[in-house]
Amino acid sequence: MLRRTTPAAWFGFTVIVLYALTALFAPLIAPYGQTEVVSPVPYGPWSAQFLFGTDQLGRDIFSRLIYAARNTIAISLAATLLTFAIGTTLGIVSAVLGGVADVVISRIVDAIMALPQLIVILVMLSVVGSSVVNLIIVIGIADATNVFRLSRSVAMNVAVMDFVEDAKVRGESLTWIVFHEVLPNILSTLVAEFGMRFCFVVLTISALSFLGLGIQPPTADWGSMVRENATLISYGDVTPLLPAAAIALLAIGVNFAVDWFLHYASGLRDDQ
Amino acid sequence: MRLILKTIMERLALAVLTLFIVSVLIFSSVALLPGDFAKAVLGQSATPETVAAFQKQVGLDRPATERYFVWLGGAVKGDFGNSFSSRPGAERSVVSIIKPRLWNTLTLAGLTAAVAIPLAISLGIAAALWRNSWFDRSVNASTLTTISVPEFFVAYVLILLLAVKFPLFRPLSTVRPQMGFAETLENLALPVITLTLVITAHMMRMTRAAIIGVLASPYVEMARLKGAPPLRIILRHALPNALAPIANVVAFNLAYLIVGAVIIEAVFVYPGIGQALVDAVRTRDVPVVQACALLFALTYIVLNLIADLIAIATNPRLMHPR
Amino acid sequence: MTNEDGLLSISGLKIEAETPDGWQPIVNGVSLTLRKGEVLGLIGESGAGKSTVGLAAMGFTRPGCRIAGGRIVFDGIDLMDLPQSQLRALRGARIAYVAQSAALAFNPAHRIIDQTIETAVLDMGVPRAEARRNALGLFAQLQLPDPEQLARRYPHQVSGGQLQRAMTAMAMTCRPDLIIFDEPTTALDVTTQVEVLAAIRKAVQEHGTAAIYITHDLAVVSQMADRIMVLRNGVEVEEAPTRQMLAAPRQDYTKSLWSVRHLHKPAAPREDVILDMRDVGAAYGKFRVLDGITLSVPRGRTLAVVGESGSGKSTLARVVSGLLRPEQGEVLFKGAALPPTVDRRSREQLRQIQLVYQSADTALNPRQRVRDLVGRRLELYFRMKGREKERRIGELLDLVELGAKYMDRFPGELSGGQKQRVSIARALAAKPELMICDEITSALDQIIQGEILKLLMRLQQETGVTYLFITHDIATVRAIADEVVVMNRGRIVQQGPKDSVLSPPYPPYTDRLLASVPEIDPDWLTRLLARRQEAG
Repeated sequence: MLRRTTPAAWFGFTVIVLYALTALFAPLIAPYGQTEVVSPVPYGPWSAQFLFGTDQLGRDIFSRLIYAARNTIAISLAATLLTFAIGTTLGIVSAVLGGVADVVISRIVDAIMALPQLIVILVMLSVVGSSVVNLIIVIGIADATNVFRLSRSVAMNVAVMDFVEDAKVRGESLTWIVFHEVLPNILSTLVAEFGMRFCFVVLTISALSFLGLGIQPPTADWGSMVRENATLISYGDVTPLLPAAAIALLAIGVNFAVDWFLHYASGLRDDQ
Repeated sequence: MRLILKTIMERLALAVLTLFIVSVLIFSSVALLPGDFAKAVLGQSATPETVAAFQKQVGLDRPATERYFVWLGGAVKGDFGNSFSSRPGAERSVVSIIKPRLWNTLTLAGLTAAVAIPLAISLGIAAALWRNSWFDRSVNASTLTTISVPEFFVAYVLILLLAVKFPLFRPLSTVRPQMGFAETLENLALPVITLTLVITAHMMRMTRAAIIGVLASPYVEMARLKGAPPLRIILRHALPNALAPIANVVAFNLAYLIVGAVIIEAVFVYPGIGQALVDAVRTRDVPVVQACALLFALTYIVLNLIADLIAIATNPRLMHPR
Repeated sequence: MTNEDGLLSISGLKIEAETPDGWQPIVNGVSLTLRKGEVLGLIGESGAGKSTVGLAAMGFTRPGCRIAGGRIVFDGIDLMDLPQSQLRALRGARIAYVAQSAALAFNPAHRIIDQTIETAVLDMGVPRAEARRNALGLFAQLQLPDPEQLARRYPHQVSGGQLQRAMTAMAMTCRPDLIIFDEPTTALDVTTQVEVLAAIRKAVQEHGTAAIYITHDLAVVSQMADRIMVLRNGVEVEEAPTRQMLAAPRQDYTKSLWSVRHLHKPAAPREDVILDMRDVGAAYGKFRVLDGITLSVPRGRTLAVVGESGSGKSTLARVVSGLLRPEQGEVLFKGAALPPTVDRRSREQLRQIQLVYQSADTALNPRQRVRDLVGRRLELYFRMKGREKERRIGELLDLVELGAKYMDRFPGELSGGQKQRVSIARALAAKPELMICDEITSALDQIIQGEILKLLMRLQQETGVTYLFITHDIATVRAIADEVVVMNRGRIVQQGPKDSVLSPPYPPYTDRLLASVPEIDPDWLTRLLARRQEAG
């Protein structure tokens, strides 16, 4: 299995493992607390004491970057899991059942998708307000539409296969058909999609925080850190780009890993 | 011809139906407002009297269906009522907030589309033509990178490079009244470049994928066996059959352009509709949010409708029924 | 080649395909020669490499393949050294290709005429009007009705048989020296096939075009070719002039190619009826596909339902198995009315009627092992578990001559014939009384077809199972049926014991159907056409 792992894939795995470790052991790695004001000087320069300087309130940027990894990844993961729980279940059931149930669910999803996703999220947030739980639920619901569509369409391709018909003719239940006949055949697509959706959720949450509508201060988060330190850019200081680069690196890493997985999964099918 | 008219009417009806459902969804968000919403808008110090007055002003005391049709009727005429930021004596209509900004956003999106669409499609065709070459590989790599990078990252890198280190463009895109076209261009250069970078990659990759998908079909093999040269194979045999998916991708990206604009406007402090939306969400000014959302939905649905019509126009099965 | 009238010479051709384990040979040292105006038949089963050799004659390999050795010389030109641009100049102009499925090989976006004259106009500089006139002439020569109108049509507006002839016209527009026909009639119904074969043969003869005619059907190739070469696994088995090959094949493999046609089961008389259909009608939406179907299936026997595509024979299978609700009429199983749909039938009713599909590729879940594919019915219908189930799976695999060693394989690790055996074992696991076999041999190679048919007959003798056998192939009907139902456009045209249906006098449709089935006799097509001309 590892024989055909490309350098890009290795890079992807390394990035994912590093981020996972950082998120898990944030308090051990970060020299200071995430809300701790450690310096009287706002926007302090890079130094041995404060690796990437300090922010507008005099908090250690390096420590906040570490904690932000934990916050952003945890919230994104929770939202993505919710997305998949809703999306795949409805998608496969829709594909296998067909008929009225399928039409009604699909119509509603189409209508939600007639709005750009960020707009859907913004409308919902304007009603319920931003809190961590609200954020997870709102993104989970809004993004479930994509997962629904994907799982429905791949499940559709499987549902028209003779072996699904055979299962119906031999008298299997809906549950059996969903979990034993359809799901194993679309699992690799869904796993890859999970990676892609996770990236997307990280980007969405960062964008929301950047707009001031996501994770609320003083909790550290990459998106809001860019916003808080944006003024430094006009002085030619790259510090505000660090949290943005952290997001980009994670997303690229996951994308590389997903790319490799898709290749591996398709190769798996050919080999059999 | 009947079949095609029927198909077009079906698509139109579907678009209207979708818009209707969307309007219901957008509106019902207000009906679902939690009880303490007035306090969230008016502040914790609001007295029960001001809260009651607010609820009356918003119309929460009347039945939801009635309010919906009043709202929809107004929306059709271009009247979205008053903003929550209105105070007795100082009323601000939603339209007065949105209208000037809508024009700004359309300028930004229009300029970007004019650059990005031809660029993306021609690069996509080139990548399909020279697939697996160094060109194709670098296209693939750059796409993967740009879809992984937040829009504001691209924007700040460009500001740092093109406005701070090498001051070619303005870092902020503030708008003055009566700007000439040349000045508008200079003003919008950085946001347009940023948005182009963000959407071109995806469109290019999908154009390439659509064409390569068609290249695997038996009629393309047949064209090769007829001795057709590579460029003709792409332009004559593959492209006409790939137009429908490409139109779809373009529509999707134009819609995405509007979303991207929300963030890019924030970075460049550009007074567009995205900024208005973000401010409204922050202050929970629901009428403004609803109006913006409805406008976005309308754009999105119209774009998809156009893509559908292109798909119909390029489908010989519909244009020339048996 | 020194021979004056030699046109094509391939020697020691080796072609490799890319696999996860590196480059694997798919054609391994094939040599052939072709004179001007000569037709060479290339015959073999799937995977024999016949299409690959045909394409190589144009200097073309499919993506993922490469020519690894040998020489291809066309009219004195070595195609292997030729730059791409000069190869392109040859293709379409001097060597043309006719693909298996014209419906897929015509570009849906352009009119037929524009595709037909593309090479002539865009590559050879023939004026459009002249190329068009020439193409219309060829359409007429290929007996296409109303060439003017056909020219203006898009591919989806034209039937498969006409498209296949239009594609032959497209191949002939530049008056090529050589045409590669790659299974040009395989996708067609037998009655359409005859017309296309006759048109192709006439056109090729009149223009004196040399051709390589690729097919898996010996009867078809014997009508078309002067010489026949048999390929197997990328290697030549034997080559001889057509009549000589048919009269005295040297190799056992060649003889086995027509083995199915020698199977003949003596029809047994009916004793008892297991399934009764009375005036059954069915429709997909507004489209009626079955009308007034009344038939009975004798217990322990085989009823073959035969017809061309669109005859409603597969719909009949779907109605019996409860997948399509009939609009009218009733279906009686062992004398009792059968509920119309699957979800209304009891588990016991479902168990007694089992369906085997045409394509085992889509009928077997690729993510389940043979053990689970076969074993699930044992759990479901007999509540078998553990050792007992294991033992029974082994028995069933033995019964279909696979053996227990295949128990842990995935379908992707089996050959086409083996997969169909697993499908049969899976149906047998239910101990059914009626097995519906929907074209279960038509996707398989001739030799495998013969083996599966023999297996089915043995199973019937041993278990007394009844077959409702859906097929389009008369040879298969001869091989396995006791009674026959002939269907056309949703109706029953004729039914009765096999020997009476398959011997004259016939109703007109049966006559046309039976007469259209090619025979392994080089004079068959000539005789048939002469007979038809006589009849007017």
